[in-house]
Amino acid sequence: MKHYSAFAVAREALRYHTGWERAWRSPEPKKRYDVIIVGAGGHGLATAYYLGKNYGIQNVAVIEKGWLGGGNTGRNTTIIRSNYLQDPSAAIYEKARGLYEDLSQDLNYNVMFSPRGVMMLAQTQHEIRGYQRTAHANALQGVQTEWITPERVKELVPIINIDGPRYPVLGALWQERGGTARHDAVAWGYARACSAMGMDIIQQCEVTGVRQDNGRVVGIDTTRGAIDCDKLGIVVAGHSGQLAEMAGFHLPLEAIALQALVSEPIKPCMDVVVMANTVHGYMSQSDKGEMVIGGGTDGFNNYTQRGSFHHIEETVRALIETFPMISRLKMLRQWGGIVDMTGDRSPILSKTPLGNCFINCGWGTGGFKAIPGSGWGMAQLMATGHSPLTEAFTLDRFKEGRFIDESVAAGVAH
Amino acid sequence: MLILNCPYCGVDAEETELAAGGEAHLKRYGPGSSDDEFHDYLFMRENPKGVHFERWRHVNGCGKWFHAARCTQTLEVFGTYSAQTTEPPQKIKDAITTKRPGWSWRELS
Repeated sequence: MKHYSAFAVAREALRYHTGWERAWRSPEPKKRYDVIIVGAGGHGLATAYYLGKNYGIQNVAVIEKGWLGGGNTGRNTTIIRSNYLQDPSAAIYEKARGLYEDLSQDLNYNVMFSPRGVMMLAQTQHEIRGYQRTAHANALQGVQTEWITPERVKELVPIINIDGPRYPVLGALWQERGGTARHDAVAWGYARACSAMGMDIIQQCEVTGVRQDNGRVVGIDTTRGAIDCDKLGIVVAGHSGQLAEMAGFHLPLEAIALQALVSEPIKPCMDVVVMANTVHGYMSQSDKGEMVIGGGTDGFNNYTQRGSFHHIEETVRALIETFPMISRLKMLRQWGGIVDMTGDRSPILSKTPLGNCFINCGWGTGGFKAIPGSGWGMAQLMATGHSPLTEAFTLDRFKEGRFIDESVAAGVAH
Repeated sequence: MLILNCPYCGVDAEETELAAGGEAHLKRYGPGSSDDEFHDYLFMRENPKGVHFERWRHVNGCGKWFHAARCTQTLEVFGTYSAQTTEPPQKIKDAITTKRPGWSWRELS
């Protein structure tokens, strides 16, 4: 892999950019790998990357049904934050946020991490109490957040209407080092770094079966033939249920569509991320100038990567009350992704009933922000059998009643 | 937008009139059941990519709960039926078989 740098840009400029290499190889699958990761999204690629970087396991394949980063990694609203109430969530999301800080240097790939600040508006008395509690919890967890007044909100976001009649802004939970990153670049950066370590990223290769012997995984069947492995990591978000079925177990998940949209590009008007959980919408401005808007899930089981228009309408209607100026904007495009929701709205990073088979799923509506931390913890779990980051997120926590109840703590938007 | 026919008031209700109520025909477990049964009842859902039976409420209409048979892969609706039943009527099952031969859902097929 050639190193990306200012000198490389200058060198290539002098020879008409003929020397750039492909960022990652597209090899034919080998007969056998030490570890196979199913799913070349952010979480899968990050898992592979930290397996190689932290544990020296480099005989790894990442198998992808579609194209790299084409699932929820390419479909989210790119928000990064770690202001969670529960300790296990704060730990893994803060680990991820910390890794995002120098991810571009680590991967030698510009992921455009922009710690512009994330603000979660309190628009009811209940939310004030909830977010103040979260701010106190974050102080104990070592996550830097603070409770700010409506005046400070207005100062940070001049386009906001803080004294709306129905949903006035009563304050906000502010995480200064939260922000956004370029979602595709996160997947591409990890893919390039994995490929440079000699890992094989095999796209357009669908897994059709999981082969097992004596209660342990021994390989997978794919549309490009059978591949043997010692360990298998299933990191496929919306389709986790299908993969689990092939591996012979069942997951406490439901697949639901979550939509997002962007407006036409406009001049810079908002340089923080604002989330309004009471009215259920969140918004930031991309580097291209588009207002990136997300809302709630569609609410019924759906595998189609598209949702109903009235959910978009609800989200936009709510945001217009808080940001009156966006009422004049044209919406440019809208899309949906399939999110895998668990009963407590927290992810599952766990061993499974099948030996040497691991699962990373259930990130629901909030997986992008966790990619580096999730990969870090999952790699540790797969390499050593235990990770302090993932130990609370086991598959059996539902049976044991150890919920990580963020559906209450985080309101709704993840 | 999803349009379901309410079997009670007969209205073809669009999604804004409806509220989704999750998987249908759950067998409820309470005191005296095993941990596994209770866990499965609370958390384990079929979550199929394909034929699915679910509960809906005609909330901005007649207010009644009913059942729908739907495909989660194509969003095709096979039919709706009364909530006063523990499994879909033969008519619904036949309608699904015509369009998805060999379908199965839990113990139904």
